[in-house]
Amino acid sequence: MTCGTPCGLVEELAGSGAKDLTIICNDTGLMGDGIGMLISTDAVQHLIASHIGTNPETGQKMIDGKIQVELVPQGTLAERIRCAGAGLGGVLTPTGVGTVVAEGKEEIQVDGRTYLLEKPLHADFALIKAWKADRKGNLIYRKSARNFNPLMAMAADCVIAEVEEIVEVGEIGPDEVVTPGIFISYLTRRSN
Amino acid sequence: MDSKQKRALIARRIAQELSDGDVVNLGIGLPTMVSNFIPPGVNITLQSENGFVGLGPTPAPGEEDPCLVNAGGQPVTILPGGAFFDSAESFAIIRGGHVDVTVLGALEVDAEGNLANWMVPGKMVPGMGGAMDLVVGAKRVIVATLHVTKDGEPKLLKKCRLPLTAAAEVDLVVTDMGVFEIKDGKMIIVEKNPEFTIEEIQAATEAELVVSPQLRDMDVSGL
Repeated sequence: MTCGTPCGLVEELAGSGAKDLTIICNDTGLMGDGIGMLISTDAVQHLIASHIGTNPETGQKMIDGKIQVELVPQGTLAERIRCAGAGLGGVLTPTGVGTVVAEGKEEIQVDGRTYLLEKPLHADFALIKAWKADRKGNLIYRKSARNFNPLMAMAADCVIAEVEEIVEVGEIGPDEVVTPGIFISYLTRRSN
Repeated sequence: MDSKQKRALIARRIAQELSDGDVVNLGIGLPTMVSNFIPPGVNITLQSENGFVGLGPTPAPGEEDPCLVNAGGQPVTILPGGAFFDSAESFAIIRGGHVDVTVLGALEVDAEGNLANWMVPGKMVPGMGGAMDLVVGAKRVIVATLHVTKDGEPKLLKKCRLPLTAAAEVDLVVTDMGVFEIKDGKMIIVEKNPEFTIEEIQAATEAELVVSPQLRDMDVSGL
């Protein structure tokens, strides 16, 4: 639930007094941990996520009307972020057809199958987590902590990557790079 | 049959539905137990929607890696030959029809193959996570559930009342009372737990059951 979350950056943001943020994330972590830190400090006004069940505080604040929550199927969330980064006007997905997710969305038939038009999700800032970076910002990830990070790295005006290790240019081979450094605005190191 | 035996019965029966070479996604909880009962000689690849294939067993205490977890955030392992990817690729695998079987739990399932398993309005709104994509995208959708709720209410309905996860996608439902195929808007009982009569199973089921001419008993030995 906090795997792949840049917890150092999130902690700084939670402690900064920032308010009324719109947060795009897969889930809100655990109570007071991961994105949960932003929930606890009432920094979030609008939340776009696929799952909030592991953090009961989010559900409570949603019921109390303190946070507006938009729940998005996980695969749709990934594609909406990806298409924002890829310069696409949206994505057509069969996921959500015939459910509440389809409400208010355009349905488009392609070769006899119904799809929902899901629009891009772009952000002002992306806070991402990687394992290693070189000084050009080329990133590699560790295991299942990759998840949404490479997608978010493409879909924001300013991209800040929290990494465990920063190495010299050339130490990460071009074949190994998962996220090219051209997407990255700033690096910060936080050892585990 | 106690709750543990019921869950083992369901998981073991679903494991028999899997074929050698299948790519399979198992939901959290009861569906995860299916991996404990894979028949000998059947090799499957487990997909974990948070971003890898080759999902292995729970690590030994002290061997957990915070960067290697399943979709529920629990520590897991990856088997040799596994691969990591990002969430877009993970859901391309799911939505693109590259997962042969997905096994999920249910709050409600009905004779039209509709499934509701992600929210109870006003009470529980955890979110759908990857469930909507899995149910739409997997080639075969198997529901693993106890036959009735904690209060004894039917979960196999004529028509789901809760908000749907997906419409008309469920292929098979396995409960502690039987095995039910969903076909052409009908719920067909193909196997029954020998501890119950068809009448007793129907009484615990809101959907109208069609009894298969090939009706068999479930294997309930050794649970």
